[in-house]
Amino acid sequence: MNDNRERNPLLRMEGISKVFPGVVALNAVDLEVYEKEVVGLIGENGAGKSTLMKILGGIYTPNEGRILIDNRPVSISSVSDAMGHSIGFIHQELNVLENIDVAGNIFLGREPRRGVMRLIDREKINAMAKSLLDKLDLDISPSALVGDLSIAHRQMVEIAKALSLDARILIMDEPTSSLTLTETETLLGLVCELREQGVSIIYISHRLSELNEIADRVVGLRDGKNAGTLDKDEISHDRMVNLMVGRDISSFYVEPGGKRESGYFKARGVTSGAYPNQEVSFDAARGEILGFAGLVGAGRTEIMEAMFGLDTFSTGEVSIGDEVIPISSARDAIDHAIYLVPEDRRLTGLVTDMTVRENITLPSLMEYSRCGLILRDKETEVAQLQMEALDIRAPGTETPVINLSGGNQQKVVLGKWLSMKPRVIIFDEPTRGIDVGAKAEIYRVMRDMAEQGVVVIMISSDMEEIINVSDRVAVMHEGRITGVLDRSDCTEDNIMQLAVGRDLKEQVVA
Amino acid sequence: MKKEMGIGILFLVVCIVVSILNPRFLSVVNMQNMAERIGNYGIFSIGIGMIIITGGIDLSVGSIFALTGVLLAMMLREWNWPWQLAAAAAILVPMALGAFHSLLIIRTKLLPFIVTLCGLLFYRGIARYIAEDTNKGFGDAEAGGFVLLKWMENGKVAGVPMPFVLLVIIAVIMWFLLHRSVYGRYLFAVGKNEEAARYSGINSNLVIASAYVVSGFLVGISGILFAFYTPSITPSSHGNFYELWGIAAAVLGGCSLRGGEGSIIGIVIGAALLQVLQNLVNLLGIPSSLNYSVIGAVILIGVLADQYYRQKRIRKLERESRL
Repeated sequence: MNDNRERNPLLRMEGISKVFPGVVALNAVDLEVYEKEVVGLIGENGAGKSTLMKILGGIYTPNEGRILIDNRPVSISSVSDAMGHSIGFIHQELNVLENIDVAGNIFLGREPRRGVMRLIDREKINAMAKSLLDKLDLDISPSALVGDLSIAHRQMVEIAKALSLDARILIMDEPTSSLTLTETETLLGLVCELREQGVSIIYISHRLSELNEIADRVVGLRDGKNAGTLDKDEISHDRMVNLMVGRDISSFYVEPGGKRESGYFKARGVTSGAYPNQEVSFDAARGEILGFAGLVGAGRTEIMEAMFGLDTFSTGEVSIGDEVIPISSARDAIDHAIYLVPEDRRLTGLVTDMTVRENITLPSLMEYSRCGLILRDKETEVAQLQMEALDIRAPGTETPVINLSGGNQQKVVLGKWLSMKPRVIIFDEPTRGIDVGAKAEIYRVMRDMAEQGVVVIMISSDMEEIINVSDRVAVMHEGRITGVLDRSDCTEDNIMQLAVGRDLKEQVVA
Repeated sequence: MKKEMGIGILFLVVCIVVSILNPRFLSVVNMQNMAERIGNYGIFSIGIGMIIITGGIDLSVGSIFALTGVLLAMMLREWNWPWQLAAAAAILVPMALGAFHSLLIIRTKLLPFIVTLCGLLFYRGIARYIAEDTNKGFGDAEAGGFVLLKWMENGKVAGVPMPFVLLVIIAVIMWFLLHRSVYGRYLFAVGKNEEAARYSGINSNLVIASAYVVSGFLVGISGILFAFYTPSITPSSHGNFYELWGIAAAVLGGCSLRGGEGSIIGIVIGAALLQVLQNLVNLLGIPSSLNYSVIGAVILIGVLADQYYRQKRIRKLERESRL
């Protein structure tokens, strides 16, 4: 795509500035998008990516700057303006209606009508949807209820909707953040397909490997300003990180080290309600990070939740050292210093309306109380200690966690367990939706804990993360562990083979 | 504290306006009458407020008042139970019913609205049935040997009606329980996000169940007071709509029906405001047929103002979080 320079851009955003009360979100930012191009837009949280895209999508209006499409200045002051200029926006949070079918979602508000009663023309709407879905090579029935579709397919429905509006520019904000590996592959394939069909795509992602794969150009933002652009042949993981943070993160992943004590933590015959007939057994060493890879639905989360006492249908036992631990509720697990950092911070990790202090002390409140009454000073002290130890960036202990960034929220979840001296800590997708800087910090905390003798278990669907962070990787497929790989065998290929249930030749069994 | 400010100001404004328009508002007799009613209503409103904080609701309270009222009269008058036993029973029955409701809600995942709506209908019928739909009175307290129990409603300490004294004592205890104790923190956490509370090792079912039982205890106490407030108990109408007064007090006092929000001070002021409004209708010569309309309108204004400030706060937070 090096011939871009000679062509006129399809879209040009010039000198865009946006000021929110008390903060300059964007400061004279430029962005160009050419025809048939995938532009990766990267930057840490708060760098201004979303603001810039919301301006293009007509959700915000800029204070300064102009937008040109086909070299003509355009005014985009509403979402319908953006649609009128063939700009489609796939938000991170999906905007589909689960109680309506696929065709109804695609043509919502634009349903073809017929007859005196102006009822929806079912045949026509389904035919229209079918032809769109075919164009995307999707095997989804137009009359399927969106609520019955997988997250990936729902996303496809949104893409189909954008295309039905003749989008020439498609904005995709973190489209893969909740997709499985295979779904991600499908989506990336679709993005390339769309490019072939003449659609330009602005692709926001924290998963740099995806950009490596599909982007023709990468534009970096930092602190609301342009940080630089990488052409196709310049795109690499390190250079992208550099673009985002403005410096080298030399030790982005912390190398493992320290001594191990194998067989310290044992799970024997653990089952979950999701796979009642699959008994899962594994050992984890003191001093290691044991990764759990697999496709979504492989039962990783379910097994961890069972070991944490959240699954009332589970059987099996776990032991630490020589001590067998009966677990019938989360309280049991917590009392034995087995902790879980769950997948969904907002839903299960935190009570987001409560303050940093209240969240950090929630599981250990009894220790900061006398005769059932809370000792506020002690509580604040512990919260402050964790805020400092983990560098949680918040105005104070009394800030509701809902006001914090994703990375800082995750650190609050960490803080609540770290204050309670973990023996085993289970991370479920620990860096989902978190920016690069905070990711590195969380990896460091995980490694530190391992070195202090904590058993660290990490579920991750991010291939790069699982390979680089784990000392060993257990791979699950349909409720059972299909193999455990040592660091030297940890290749993407090996993991994928095991994840889809195939055997490896040189399989290392736990 | 900010949340109670709004309702507190509204309460004061209404009081000042009424006392200017009719100075009789401030007379000792009127104040005593009002304090008695505030006590009666305030105590169970705290219970309903607790349930609302867990994200639930209780519609059965009024019918439970009828049931325990009828039972109390029969126990004391017809079965000649000692008053201590009768009072204990009148408190234990609502507690047991609360436990039963919570069991249904937790085990079968039925909505609290449905469970307690069925209770509302069911207990009313039972009350009427066991009383054979006739009025039940208490007769002479001295002859029946329950002077002390009746004194809880009719008595005064230094001129302050006993129900108000009881409310103050209960409110203080409940304030510590809700706003200073570990249990209270769990209650709010479960109300706000039951899943997250569970993941933090909190037995959310137990927390929810205990809220219904504690509320039952408070309903039991209010029930005894209401029983002695009227000369006799008409099973078909005693306590009608009272649950709605409790819910209104809690909502006015800042409890969110989505759960996880509310305060004891707010609920008590809310309950007091409702009684002042009733009083206002009488004192200002507003046709008593408009009674409910006036109260309905004021509640609406109160929650509209609350919603306005809430939206404003959310918008402010959104602006800040965009940084």
